Amino acid sequence: MGNVVPLSNILGVGELMVPAVDPTGCASSACGSSDGPDGMPDAVWNKVKDHPCYSEEAHHYYARMHVAVAPACNIQCNYCNRKYDCANESRPGVVSERLSPDQAALKVAAVAAEMPQLAVVGIAGAGDALANPERTFRTFELIRKQTPDIKLCLSTNGLALPDHVDRLKELDIDHLTITINMVDPEIGVQIYPWIFYNHRRWHGLEASTLLHQRQMEGLEKAVAAGILVKVNSVMIPGINDHHLAEVNRRVREAGAFLHNIMPLISDPAHGTHFGLTGQRGPSPAELKALQDHCEGEIKVMRHCRQCRADAIGMLGDDQGAKFGNDAVAAMAPPDAAAAEAARQAYRQHIEAERLERRRNRAQVRARIVGAAPRTRPAEPPVLVAVATSGGERINVHFGHAKEFQVFEVGAKGARFVGHRRVETYCEGGSGDGGVLDGIVTAIGDCAAVMVAKIGDCPSQTLRDKGIEPIDRFAFGYIEESLLTFFAERRAATLTPVRVA
Amino acid sequence: MALKIVKSECTVCGACESECPNQAISFKKGTYVINPEKCTECEGQFDMPQCVANCQVDDCIVPA
Repeated sequence: MGNVVPLSNILGVGELMVPAVDPTGCASSACGSSDGPDGMPDAVWNKVKDHPCYSEEAHHYYARMHVAVAPACNIQCNYCNRKYDCANESRPGVVSERLSPDQAALKVAAVAAEMPQLAVVGIAGAGDALANPERTFRTFELIRKQTPDIKLCLSTNGLALPDHVDRLKELDIDHLTITINMVDPEIGVQIYPWIFYNHRRWHGLEASTLLHQRQMEGLEKAVAAGILVKVNSVMIPGINDHHLAEVNRRVREAGAFLHNIMPLISDPAHGTHFGLTGQRGPSPAELKALQDHCEGEIKVMRHCRQCRADAIGMLGDDQGAKFGNDAVAAMAPPDAAAAEAARQAYRQHIEAERLERRRNRAQVRARIVGAAPRTRPAEPPVLVAVATSGGERINVHFGHAKEFQVFEVGAKGARFVGHRRVETYCEGGSGDGGVLDGIVTAIGDCAAVMVAKIGDCPSQTLRDKGIEPIDRFAFGYIEESLLTFFAERRAATLTPVRVA
Repeated sequence: MALKIVKSECTVCGACESECPNQAISFKKGTYVINPEKCTECEGQFDMPQCVANCQVDDCIVPA
């Protein structure tokens, strides 16, 4: 079985772990992983339930990998520098290994044999998947043949999309991401210096207008073909931050299924136009405010890790470095049948667990959320940071966390609102004070941090900063624990103050 | 009359290779190279050389 994401993280400690139970007897639950089959047509749920990018719940259980077979791009974005991987669609780094379709297929086979959690293979660059159509489609054909149970998906800027929707449909690719940063070409001018289309390089308003028209045409064609479309937008303060609500409205009307608003990554070291001109990215609070504003009839994705075009593994835990071309070539040929059997067994186990969870969650939501006192003003929601490596459980030691997931918990329940990347506090057994300061800043807006375990020293520092460290829900389900925490907190505030 | 690729600037994305109407560009020893015998700078074929128009890096493809 795979050792990439320890199954103990997914399954809890043995199978003995019971969900957190609060002192009043309320097993909590109504949380962040609020998507699920509720209100979603079966056909759609069946497409997204094991895609970690399309379903927030799935990202706790399933892994994906990107194969970077598409190095060429057909547009220039001001947040991207082609001397590095695209800074937003994949995190920056030197140019990925060249990967041919054949090498990509080998790599997928190797990862699939190591990682039963693997559910999806995507092509997201490092350039644009559809600027390299032959490489992209050849890769999909090879993967489809060797591992037919693995879903395929693709990410594009949309410029070439209208020409390829039929081919995508033929290959049964039912997940597609289009990056749409504007629906007003005047705004596009500030984001795209040029595009290459129809044997010409176009600049300025002409370029943005063409790109916009092609993106919308591609979106509509894909939706008409029954493909689930996620729209990614990069939030660029001062340029499109106020405009993205309009983008949200338009892509929703055009039939997009999910909108992923991502923060601009901008660093002079990346050599991007925005990096060099000092264009800043949004703060977590600005990003959340915009996501909250756009949340409504279209689901807003908040668990995106803006992963590299060659990322492998569970979101937030990239294992790509283990599967370089040389490493893959040196591996023994995988036993494809055994790997597929392991994936099926894993999926059956997870689906059974998820079904049980959903039942449990509905009960606990009713108990805790339904029990909110109606006569009093609602207790304001608070943010809580959680250390998790998947399985919807609190299962990471404070000192080992590479990121914290942030949930908003209140009288209406709990929901996932984002993640904060941090330096790992504990390396080699001792804590690093400078790193601790960084973590305190990263989760400074949170009332508490839930972890599997935490030492006395960082606990004290966190308390001093007004962040309550909590390890009593170790290995419990996140949502149940959050709701229990909130119920206790509410009970404490409601305790009458005795007047002397 | 031909163009050449400045190896130190090239990101090896291959956009030039697929756009070249003369099949003058190929991948050799870790980078793309232009065969001057085949390169026409797209004269008479397109408004501007296709490799230059589609290259993500300024000054990567220059007159030989």
